[in-house]
Amino acid sequence: MASALINVPAKAKRGEIIAIKTLISHHMETGFRHTETGVPIPRDIVTHFVATYNGEEIFSARLYPAIAANPFITFSTVATESGTFEFNWTGDNGFAATEQAKIVVE
Amino acid sequence: MAGSRLDQPRRNRQRVPTRRDTLRGAIAAGAALPILCLRRAEATPADMRAAIDNVVGAARLNVGRVKIEIPPLVENGNTVPCTVSVDSPMTPEAYVKAIHVFNEKNPQPNVISARLSPRAGHANIATRIRLTDTQTVVAIAEMSDGSFWSDSVSVIITLGACLENLI
Repeated sequence: MASALINVPAKAKRGEIIAIKTLISHHMETGFRHTETGVPIPRDIVTHFVATYNGEEIFSARLYPAIAANPFITFSTVATESGTFEFNWTGDNGFAATEQAKIVVE
Repeated sequence: MAGSRLDQPRRNRQRVPTRRDTLRGAIAAGAALPILCLRRAEATPADMRAAIDNVVGAARLNVGRVKIEIPPLVENGNTVPCTVSVDSPMTPEAYVKAIHVFNEKNPQPNVISARLSPRAGHANIATRIRLTDTQTVVAIAEMSDGSFWSDSVSVIITLGACLENLI
């Protein structure tokens, strides 16, 4: 199973803009390479990333083969209330991964 | 010394390759080597324009408000840090709806399309991308009022992202 790394501050002040860093381990095979014998290697990439904050979508991205292996995505959000972030990655060949992070807003 | 090359009669002397022979051989071998890094199908600036037109449509593409940051000289095209920030208040009345990144020379012009909401606070995203060759990378921001803003950056790549055969 793919492993993900998430960096979200554990605590934040209400209204503060926090940075969220995400990394999913995935080889992101572009589909443009060939084996030694000339057989094309089929594409196998993460195509979508969605982040939700207490169930509401705050960020999403469509990824293409030009994203480096182990897609690393950083974005920001306003800390509105204590709760849970959920991160979902989906991709080729039925790839799906989910990760959660909690935040306390004071 | 008995038995040494110089003591033998000229016609019996075993021919030892000279420096000149070695050089000649090396040049011939170099010429005969197939070109290993054949250029694969690549997107052209025209493909990039088509991909941008797809996003922008009939709207006008303005220059400014967006800042794309990539180191100007990159050694490894397989992981190139790329940051895009957009000047926007990020309020429900005026915010950045989406940020798109395009390249000129990879096999495909699209890199990433991110959707943001006013809840982002800042319109800043960062990721790591692949670039096959020295080229221009373009970032486009789609604003909530329907306007489009862009910025571009030229990047020199020493070693491009891997498109060659697997070894």
